[in-house]
Amino acid sequence: MGGFTRGFTGRRRDDHGGRLPPGQYDTGASWPVLSAEITPRLSTDDWTFTVDGLVDRVTTWSWDELQALPHSTYAGDIHCVTTWSKFDMTFTGVSVDVLLAAAGPSAAATHVLARSHTGYTTNLPLADVVDGKAWVVWDADGEALAPEHGGPARLLVPHLYFWKSAKWVSGIELLDHDVRGFWEQNGYHDRGDPWTEQRYHGD
Amino acid sequence: MTEPPFAPTARFAAPGQQAATPWQSATVVSVLAETRTARTIRLAPEAPVPHLPGQHYVVRLTAEDGYTASRSYSVASAPDASGEIELTVELLPDGEVSPFLHEVLEPGDVLEVRGPLGRWFTWDGSSPALLVGGGSGVVPLMAMLRTARATGTTDLVRLVVSVRTPDDLYYASEMTGPEVTVVHTRTTTPGDRRPAGRLSTADLGPVAPGTTVYLCGSGGFVEHSSALLLDLGVDAADVRVERFGPS
Repeated sequence: MGGFTRGFTGRRRDDHGGRLPPGQYDTGASWPVLSAEITPRLSTDDWTFTVDGLVDRVTTWSWDELQALPHSTYAGDIHCVTTWSKFDMTFTGVSVDVLLAAAGPSAAATHVLARSHTGYTTNLPLADVVDGKAWVVWDADGEALAPEHGGPARLLVPHLYFWKSAKWVSGIELLDHDVRGFWEQNGYHDRGDPWTEQRYHGD
Repeated sequence: MTEPPFAPTARFAAPGQQAATPWQSATVVSVLAETRTARTIRLAPEAPVPHLPGQHYVVRLTAEDGYTASRSYSVASAPDASGEIELTVELLPDGEVSPFLHEVLEPGDVLEVRGPLGRWFTWDGSSPALLVGGGSGVVPLMAMLRTARATGTTDLVRLVVSVRTPDDLYYASEMTGPEVTVVHTRTTTPGDRRPAGRLSTADLGPVAPGTTVYLCGSGGFVEHSSALLLDLGVDAADVRVERFGPS
């Protein structure tokens, strides 16, 4: 390949002090909505979250039970594979560490498959959802998470491309191997690190 | 525990492995103004790969200092023996890539592209499909309609396209025939039997069971149309969604 595109200079060069991953642009105040399916009509009464698979105790929380767990907040940036990044967001929810501690992961577990109330799935290495790197969140920038953004609650794994942060999340399954989720079966990367541009298979 | 109201369905079943899709060069064959704010770019990729109607390409621009910007654009053309593809690009006034593609790019230029990509928002060419597009959201649906026409299967598809005014309609000369419904939300053409107004259930229905709905447009259009489809009794699991543009 090589070379440059005749006549293209580009205009947004501010990398926000190194916070903008390669190939991304700052979407500013807007928060684009992307999803492959109809926004579900899902109330908190119907919402549950389950940790199952290779765990000592399959555990399910209702909405109220989840809210009763210790809350924590992520403050930082998010990056979508469609090339927008959004800076300085805050999300509040429960750390996945808290949920895993209740279920007791088996030593054999290496990966997780997150799933949604719609049937959407996405796969992640277990290491990417532990040690304060992942949450189940219901609040974005101080307001209830809107349905089109995954409300009442979504997974949040902000160090990976945002399709890993499953909207309308219903649970995670612990596995001893990697099982591809929805976008991953459709050509997207199994891990999705924005800093190394793991967008599609083979990146 | 409470049963989740949205049970996982077979539509998320695995289609299997896919090989990596590399970047390649594509030469601009021609450019065509569709509307005041939309331009179709016909490209000849160096190593053509047949696409499925509904798939997209990523276009990557590189400045002399190595800075790059990439965006995804749906293929508007049906797959054919030419190996060429047509991407229709909406001009976003504040954009970084679309103004270049509209105002600078000309035939003979070479772009870096990657595709075809996306295997979810695709029509298999053999099952009934309702195509619902708002504005620029018609682009991937046009690839489906053109495929149906090229293969003599227009009985399988119906396109409902919603635009503000007649001037906003892409591919206007092809928006004819019983399989196409054009809905104007602000201004109609003289003699239009339907008054200007938002898309309604009457525009969409009835939807026969077993029909897959392909819904593409802005976030607002998608949310509005989703509600109409559910009101018409369409199963949410039968609707495939692609959202375009600012939301």
